[in-house]
Amino acid sequence: MTLPENGSTHGYVQNRVDLALIADMIQPNARVLDVGCGDGQFLALLARTKNVDGRGIELSQEGVNACVTRGLSVVQGDADADLRDYPQDAFDYVILSQTIQATRNPREVLLQMQRIGRHCIVSFPNFGNWRVRLQLLWTGRMPVTRTLGHAWYDTPNIHLCTVRDFVSLCEEVGFHIDDAISVTGNRARRVGRPGTLDNLMAEDAVLLMSRKS
Amino acid sequence: MRPAPEKAFDHLWREPDVQPGAEEERRAMSETRDAQTEPDDGAGRVKALSAVTTFGPETPLALDCGVSLSPFTIAYETYGTLNADKSNVVLICHALTLDQHVASRHPITGKPGGWWAEMVGPGLPIDTDRYFIVCQNVIGGCMGTTGPKDIDPKTGKPYGLSFPVITIGDMVRAQAMLLDRLGIRDIFCVIGGSMGGMQVLQWAAAYPERVFSAIPIATAARHSAQNIAFHEVGRQAIMADPEWRGGAYLAENTSPAKGLAVARMAAHITYLSETALHRKFGRNLQNRDKVTYGFDADFQIESYLRYQGSTFVDRFDANSYLYITRAMDYFDLAADYGGVLANAFKGTSTRFCVVAFSSDWLFPPSDNRQIVHALNAAAANVSFVEIETDKGHDAFLLDEPEMFATLKGFIGAAAERRGLK
Repeated sequence: MTLPENGSTHGYVQNRVDLALIADMIQPNARVLDVGCGDGQFLALLARTKNVDGRGIELSQEGVNACVTRGLSVVQGDADADLRDYPQDAFDYVILSQTIQATRNPREVLLQMQRIGRHCIVSFPNFGNWRVRLQLLWTGRMPVTRTLGHAWYDTPNIHLCTVRDFVSLCEEVGFHIDDAISVTGNRARRVGRPGTLDNLMAEDAVLLMSRKS
Repeated sequence: MRPAPEKAFDHLWREPDVQPGAEEERRAMSETRDAQTEPDDGAGRVKALSAVTTFGPETPLALDCGVSLSPFTIAYETYGTLNADKSNVVLICHALTLDQHVASRHPITGKPGGWWAEMVGPGLPIDTDRYFIVCQNVIGGCMGTTGPKDIDPKTGKPYGLSFPVITIGDMVRAQAMLLDRLGIRDIFCVIGGSMGGMQVLQWAAAYPERVFSAIPIATAARHSAQNIAFHEVGRQAIMADPEWRGGAYLAENTSPAKGLAVARMAAHITYLSETALHRKFGRNLQNRDKVTYGFDADFQIESYLRYQGSTFVDRFDANSYLYITRAMDYFDLAADYGGVLANAFKGTSTRFCVVAFSSDWLFPPSDNRQIVHALNAAAANVSFVEIETDKGHDAFLLDEPEMFATLKGFIGAAAERRGLK
């Protein structure tokens, strides 16, 4: 898999430390939709280890073709436009990995995910991380970090948020947060519900959510 | 002057007509199956079993237009070996002017290897060592399956325009009858491009329980106004030929070759792309240094199209062309399901792989994507691949390594799910 060296904003990074923990969140034999599935590395892992019925959506045609070549069911599309095709409760899990910050309408994307999936898993770079805060404070310029590798003028990340921002949007749209993973450097740990410290320390956050009944 | 054939257009040289004498021979045997083994495909790769089977008065074909067609004959070919539990059947549906010779030497043109030589064969995506492959000439066709050029038993004359109008649904119903006769219920994979893709969609909608996986390529769930328009131009060219004789040219011993050639020329342009035409021909002149200030084929593209038209008439029946283009025009799968395409696939467990080509303007990626949207709405298992190419609609018949790679992946994964070795 080829990805930009300075961190990916779309698809899966090789050796991503949170993938195993995300896989742990998923029940065997589940119906899974991976939105922004890249070349299908993670879907293939889920199919192999959890026997999931996996589907994918991927923006790049190159990624889609790679997925289909390895036997995965993947269509070309994007989170903003193509989630609305799926019927309600079509999946047990909808995964949106490192993509929400690049969508045009994150709130609508979350609502669509909530509609089509019983559970949703969202991962995103945390803009509240202390390095990001310090960079802006000390240099007075837009932060460029390991997880946010683009200059302001060429970034696809048009809707960056902090962990706290995301949690509050989840509550607003009626999501219950079931679990969370905080990723810092090469360490990832499950934190249950992300708190103030995670908002400061996490470089990436992964949240498992379900519809509030 | 004939232009030198180039690989990209090579497949268009070959195509069918019927063998003299085969007609009467076929009529003589009702309800019998005549099978003969051909030594190979002409390219030494795979054995083809070529056969015809006739359905008598007790098994008519109920057509959408209300007519019961009887008797009727289906000409088909098979490749590979049917496994013990009959679970390895691949049904290939052919496009408008192609036929059952998907991977065998063409009886009229002599072209070896078949029209999908790079797709069907040992070790290829449709692996003749693994699967039992069936390819049938469609109803209304002119390569052995009953069509307008055949004798109407009621009159003793060729049907001509008294042949009933057929639909994609009728083609698929006839194919199902043949599979029933062969004792085959389940299709592991049904695949086809263009009109073949329409049949694939029809199969998946009409017989979802029989179809494990489906690969519609460069197709649409309904024929567009633009495509109907192109077909109408072709039909009018045929009907404007005085030799057409109201469709009775066979009885009157004439041939609307000029009209059919023009129809083919017009259609042929739609199969290519502006980029490919420019790459191949540009404004190059045909064996001359300057234009002749006349209406000779000054340009290579003119010469090429004339050649395409003239060879087509040797292998295709003009009335068949009218009937089969009409079947495509009438195709609108959603219309049969309350106007909602997703309803055609409701509850389906078929695995789909939709394939489109970036430069195809006859069945553009957007048409194919509509199928994908409907399948998603039906929560179907679907993959969608768009192949980047400048070869236009005909790309599905050409050497497109990315298409072969993705289809090999899809078919292989489906075979694993189906438990095929």
